[in-house]
Amino acid sequence: MAELNNSDIKIVTKDVNLFYGDNHALKDVTLDILSNKITAFIGPSGCGKSTYLKTLNRMNDIVPNVKISGKVLLDGEDIYENGVNVTYLRKKIGMVFQKPNPFPMSIYDNVAYGPRVHGIKSKARLDEIVENSLKGAAIWEETKDRLKQNALGLSGGQQQRLCIARAIAVEPEVILMDEPTSALDPISTLKIEELMSQLKEKYTVAIVTHNMQQAARISDYTAFFLVGEMIEYGETQQIFSRPKNKKTEEYITGRFG
Amino acid sequence: MAIIKASAEAIAANSSSETEKLASVKKHKPKNTIIGVGNGLTEKIMHIVFLICSSVAIIALLLITIYMISSGAPIISKVGLKDFIFGDKWAPTKEIFGISPMILTSVFGTIAAILIGVPIGLMTSVFLAEIAPKSVVKVVQPAVELLAGIPSVIYGLLGAMIIKPLSYKIEMLVFKDNPEHIYTGGANMFSAVIVLAIMILPTIINISRTAIIAVPEEYREASYGLGATHIQTIFKVILPAAKSGIATAVVLGVGRAIGEAMAIILVAGNMANMPEAFNSVKFLTTGVVQEFAYSSGVHREALFGIGLVLFVFIMIINIVLNLILKGKAKAK
Repeated sequence: MAELNNSDIKIVTKDVNLFYGDNHALKDVTLDILSNKITAFIGPSGCGKSTYLKTLNRMNDIVPNVKISGKVLLDGEDIYENGVNVTYLRKKIGMVFQKPNPFPMSIYDNVAYGPRVHGIKSKARLDEIVENSLKGAAIWEETKDRLKQNALGLSGGQQQRLCIARAIAVEPEVILMDEPTSALDPISTLKIEELMSQLKEKYTVAIVTHNMQQAARISDYTAFFLVGEMIEYGETQQIFSRPKNKKTEEYITGRFG
Repeated sequence: MAIIKASAEAIAANSSSETEKLASVKKHKPKNTIIGVGNGLTEKIMHIVFLICSSVAIIALLLITIYMISSGAPIISKVGLKDFIFGDKWAPTKEIFGISPMILTSVFGTIAAILIGVPIGLMTSVFLAEIAPKSVVKVVQPAVELLAGIPSVIYGLLGAMIIKPLSYKIEMLVFKDNPEHIYTGGANMFSAVIVLAIMILPTIINISRTAIIAVPEEYREASYGLGATHIQTIFKVILPAAKSGIATAVVLGVGRAIGEAMAIILVAGNMANMPEAFNSVKFLTTGVVQEFAYSSGVHREALFGIGLVLFVFIMIINIVLNLILKGKAKAK
């Protein structure tokens, strides 16, 4: 593993193995995710990067026949230990998905959904959260006059920023993004990338991306995955300019993948 | 045409035997050219066949409408629309034809059946679609589908065997200090409503389940991702997202309940009383079924009048259903 500087470590994963039935999808993945940095996971399709991302907030629990071993520590606490409150975990580690997936309800209700399920009822408080979250996701100006309108009326890029607003409305510490721009046009993609660099001031961001330029542009650290294994991990600049592993080099220079 | 020519030439150049084949084909009829493809006559005949088939349904609806109006309208004009619909006494022998007890029985019976059947049906569909393990679904799902196919008179028999005695016990308990109550022996509104509620269950369950399953997986993921529990996800995301499908289920349930006769005629008691839980009652449907055989003259005309009223009800329900479905299409 590459030497990392001494920033705070937010998430530690140690020897994580994951099986979908007989399919060994993650093999001994060990890496640390640092606070207030953007960590990118790159690799060809099916390499396990999305699966790895989903182990971090236990979204794989929903999939039947999944077996996970190893340790995932959030601020030193094992999130797979018995008695962990998954609801609370997912409040702390928010997620933005590949396809923008706003609920078929108003923009306001979309953002207020998270706070509401976590018990916030006060209208004034919700108003405040909705406004701050939409501002935080750089979509307030576009939506402030139509908060009561159905979110499905927004464009794809706006929907994705709304989903980011919805994720930050529950005040997470970490935001996981699973190819958040792969369904978007270049301009929307650019907006989301700009947004991400703002987000890291307050949150720890982990992003899966197919787009290597994107990883190079926005991330501080990059991990390269290949058929379930984490091949190389280090500072983004180093990974893209002086990869240590030959496979990483081949992938980055476009020889396969 | 140039392309066809060119390809024909290419084939000709390719092998001489194929050239011969091509030539022989050309001699008979140019089957392999654009002009010959799709015989125009067959197309036209099939169009007419389709048109005739679809006309049958339209003509049937038209005839029913005309017939119901022409045979139901005379009695209504004779008695007067107001007296017919709002009159609270039904005494065919004295030629008093007020059907408000039957209308109210049908309306309240249906509403009560919906109030009981929809929550149970909806919960069942949620259970089947979201909660139950596959092995359970494999047993329950076909059972529910079978339930939908059982003839309604069987529900009536079941009601007469099980629900009627039960209802009689409750009736005796409720009215034990009331000497004025006329006992129904369990053949009353209460029993009829229970039978109707059970009868509409399969409709509600099947249609709502389909609607719930159709809710995109992304909504569930998003909700879990925000830390919502399974139950919160069901009630706050999945059911609202499936609401137009559920509304369709309810309206179809209403249609089924209001049009039902055979099941409830065996348990309703069949007296034209106002709808109270432990009164023997007569529904619009059961009234017609029960009295038709021995009616004649004005009495029979009055039964057609009832039919017309029922017909109008069903029409209204269908229009509502269409509006819902249209709203659904728009939402998409």
